[in-house]
Amino acid sequence: MSLGTFLIMRHELLLIAAALSVLIAEIFRNPDKKRSISLFSIILFGVITIIGFLPSPAGSLFGGMYISSGTSLLMKNILNIGVLIVFIQSATWLKKEENSEKISEYFLLLISTLVGMNFMISAGHFLIFYIGIELATIPIAALAAYDRYKNKSAEAGIKLILSSALSSGILLYGLSMIYGTTGTLYFSEVAKLFGNTNLQILGFIFFFAGMSFKISIVPFHLWTADVYEGSPVNITSYLSVISKGAAVFILIIILFTVFPVIIATWQKTIFVTSILTMTIGNLFAIRQQNLKRFLAFSSISQAGYILLGLIGGNQLGMASVIYYILVYIFSNLGAFGVVIAISNATGKENIDDYNGLYQTNPKLSLIMTLALFSLAGIPPVAGFFGKFFLFTAAAQKGFYLLVLIAVLNTIISLFYYLLVVKAMFITKSETPVESFRSDFSTRFALGICIAGIVVTGFASIIFEVIRNLSFGV
Amino acid sequence: MINFSYTIWIPLLPFLMFILLGLAGHKLKPKLSGLLGTGGLGIITILSYITAFKYFFTSEKVDGAYQKITALNFTWLQFTDKLHIDLGVLLDPISVMMLVVITTVSFMVHIYSLGYMKGEKGFERFFSFLSLFSFSMLGLVLATNIFQMYIFWELVGVSSFLLIGFYYQKPSAVRASKKAFIVTRFADLGFLIGILILSFNTKTFDFITLTNPTGSAIAQGGGIAFLGLSVMTWSMIFVFMGGVGKSAMFPFHIWLPDAMEGPTPVSALIHAATMVVAGVYLVARMFPIYALSAPVALKVVAYVGAFSSLFAAIIACTQTDIKRVLAYSTMSQIGYMMLALGVAGYGGHEGLGYMASMFHLFTHAMFKALLFLGAGAIIHAVHSNYMTEMGGLRKYLPVTHITFLIACLTIAGIPPLSGFFSKDEILAAAFHSNKILFAVEYAVAGLTAFYMFRLYFSIFWGKDTHYHHTLHEAPATMTIPLIVLAIGCIITGFIPFNKLVTSDGRILESEIELMIAIPSVLIGLLGIGIAYIMYRKESTIPDRLAATFKYSYKWAYNKFYIDELYLFVTKKIIFRYISDPVAWFDRHIVDGTMNAIASVTQSVSFRIRGFQSGQLQKYAFVFVTGAIMLAILFIYLWK
Repeated sequence: MSLGTFLIMRHELLLIAAALSVLIAEIFRNPDKKRSISLFSIILFGVITIIGFLPSPAGSLFGGMYISSGTSLLMKNILNIGVLIVFIQSATWLKKEENSEKISEYFLLLISTLVGMNFMISAGHFLIFYIGIELATIPIAALAAYDRYKNKSAEAGIKLILSSALSSGILLYGLSMIYGTTGTLYFSEVAKLFGNTNLQILGFIFFFAGMSFKISIVPFHLWTADVYEGSPVNITSYLSVISKGAAVFILIIILFTVFPVIIATWQKTIFVTSILTMTIGNLFAIRQQNLKRFLAFSSISQAGYILLGLIGGNQLGMASVIYYILVYIFSNLGAFGVVIAISNATGKENIDDYNGLYQTNPKLSLIMTLALFSLAGIPPVAGFFGKFFLFTAAAQKGFYLLVLIAVLNTIISLFYYLLVVKAMFITKSETPVESFRSDFSTRFALGICIAGIVVTGFASIIFEVIRNLSFGV
Repeated sequence: MINFSYTIWIPLLPFLMFILLGLAGHKLKPKLSGLLGTGGLGIITILSYITAFKYFFTSEKVDGAYQKITALNFTWLQFTDKLHIDLGVLLDPISVMMLVVITTVSFMVHIYSLGYMKGEKGFERFFSFLSLFSFSMLGLVLATNIFQMYIFWELVGVSSFLLIGFYYQKPSAVRASKKAFIVTRFADLGFLIGILILSFNTKTFDFITLTNPTGSAIAQGGGIAFLGLSVMTWSMIFVFMGGVGKSAMFPFHIWLPDAMEGPTPVSALIHAATMVVAGVYLVARMFPIYALSAPVALKVVAYVGAFSSLFAAIIACTQTDIKRVLAYSTMSQIGYMMLALGVAGYGGHEGLGYMASMFHLFTHAMFKALLFLGAGAIIHAVHSNYMTEMGGLRKYLPVTHITFLIACLTIAGIPPLSGFFSKDEILAAAFHSNKILFAVEYAVAGLTAFYMFRLYFSIFWGKDTHYHHTLHEAPATMTIPLIVLAIGCIITGFIPFNKLVTSDGRILESEIELMIAIPSVLIGLLGIGIAYIMYRKESTIPDRLAATFKYSYKWAYNKFYIDELYLFVTKKIIFRYISDPVAWFDRHIVDGTMNAIASVTQSVSFRIRGFQSGQLQKYAFVFVTGAIMLAILFIYLWK
């Protein structure tokens, strides 16, 4: 194997190098300038993101255990963009005194999870996939407990690690059944040998349950709210956007390439779970007062909509899912960005605290509104096109009932998204959030999100590129 | 090939001005924002002139014909390989001509507004709206495809709405803006239906493909027929409906007189020179289809145009609000243009009407803008819209007087002013095609001269009215545009339109036909003569005439009760028998369903909150149960 073939896994190698550089930089950094490490990491990661877009050869490594294709590169690049935004958004928070000793851990652990996700996406074998999924989960549990002296944060960490252990158990159980019935763990081999026996369906359902945990699909979602609420906001936004997006990417790849034989079964599974997910996510989101919990539940229902893109097993479906994740990254990170900015400045996180925000912070209110509109799918922002393509993909395959239910659910979601908008613009408050000016990194990250929401909505070329790289069953 | 890609800046610059003035206008000094808007318009006026020069005189002709040049194009929404919505810039003789018209008039109106709107509240808002309008109108004429045109068509409608309702504290202005928007919107529904039928039938939106005289779109012609007319004919009739609305043709004309509630410069720009001719432009843009594939639809165009021009000319003779007289005159003149298109054919000498229509559009923009701006100067001085309260103004407003006179002579078709040439071409085209329509238009030419000079004599001569304040001539910012446009009225008649703007892009041989020119000048002079007798000095003839023809006068004075008819139909019939039941259904059934969803949602979400207990063991229990339930469901129950 020559050195050149390793370029195929450029994304992973670069990230591992970055993680090591952060560690080394931590050793050699000037003790008086603790914060320089975050600037270093962000710039380093920015460079990696840009390098990721350079053309790269497709191919496979390690006897087909690792596969790189145009689609997987696209997915990795999308994740890179999201992580870059998360990094920039965290800069302000990391400046806080209590975090100054563990800045490098933050970057190291997040980059490790991203490496895990990249391996997941490029997996050609269930073992690599499983290693990736664990690598993507365990460091997150540590990060959820980042504010380790806060009870809630510690609770979030412990809940995440225990629940994910359970889900991994179920997932492995399912994989063992798949192995038992086919005798192989290679994706391509399993696809050929997989049948429709009861044991195989049970194995698939367990596999699906394990993946559903990562995407927080109902009824495997219960950890979400507690973990999202307890974790630091930046970790919550990472969990709700990046982890979820990566899990959706790998799920769609596996469904389309490994399990095309039992498409009827997984269509039914998705049908049931997506209705449950949209509806239950909405029902819970309506009642939330804490904005982090609110966004957590709204992200559950968003996962339900995303499932609509998977159900058809068509090329348009895959394209719409990837596009939606891209839009969702910008929209949700935009919403989280505002929550983070206000939380950093005032510590307030409840919807009532946002009353009269427009009077004092008009720009933040407008950004929040745009992001929420995009999440709700109001034209002409990108979220509308995202939902539109998802629903089209499902309707194309004749799932009209599902689309109808999804549309009803978007109406419900509109209600609670608009509640926040109403609080900001209409409701008067005696003690509104005081007017403040965020620092450069926050504004920069919000700028990227807003530009993303607008550009992905209007530049049809983006969807074209995604569609050309997508495939159907 | 000449590179025309810079033309994108022609619509873009006003848009940027709109953004700038709209967002930051209140922070700028009013004067600065006015100058910014005007400056932007000035730059694109120069650009348009350069474009026109390059296009007409240096661009390469193929087979003696001007080519349609797509200066810029990008695909916005791709539906199928052929059917996609693009945004771009299309240059051909009519779009380049419209560029010149729009930027010239708009620039003049901008300068004029600097004086006219001085000290008004919302000065910068006015200029940002004007910029928005210029952007939309330019985007409309430069559209490469019918869908882009539709988008800008609606934007034009919106900016017109905003400008008519500029004095939003005045109830009549608010009513007028709503009326204009709703009426044109209703007509645009037809336009949209037309677009959908057309694109469904031809599988394209693109103008070049659609209007290629030897292309598939025209050749196929829409074989399937409905009520004896081909699909193509139906779609073109529907498309024309949009044009009828925007161009205030009968029966969608009712919004135009009311739209005069807007500031006068707006009336000059939008409701005289540019937006209202969008309908004419639309028909001209689609002309090859009308002429070659949907001749019945083209006949509709001709008759609607002829009827509207007569109808409006009669009403104009009875109105006393000077802006309304001009509004009806606009409607009448646009009727002329529609008629001219309607009697034209594609290519060769048949295309005379097409050329005449475009020519008249061009000259009309100049003289009608001048008339409106002149009316603005008069209103500015007298503080009244009614000619009954005016008289003898020639002593006080010398510049306005002379320029207004020139405009009146132009519209009356007196040589060698521009109106003479364009109107003569239209009459000639009508004469060679349809004698009845020619007779109608001939009569309208006389009526036009009469009502314009009725206006002129009542304002500037007539009785010596005593005014409560001393009148003074308008400031230079207002008189300079008047003078420029007056010069335009004098010289534009000599532009060789037959060489530049023709239906097939080739040179059209045409000369003044004395057979038609002499009688048309004579009837114009006759109209002026009658007006002279009746209104030159205070006289009782008009009142006696009105008394003699009491009923018909009253009928015309009340605009033939068309508004009342519409009110009756909408309020008494549509609202009561259609809207009320629908509203009931909406309130009780639709809203009821929604409210039920809401309350069920609320209560269910209250009941299931126990699931989210915070206890990890329960979560694990639900997780495992869920997985097992799914497995049971898909293995045993629903396989």
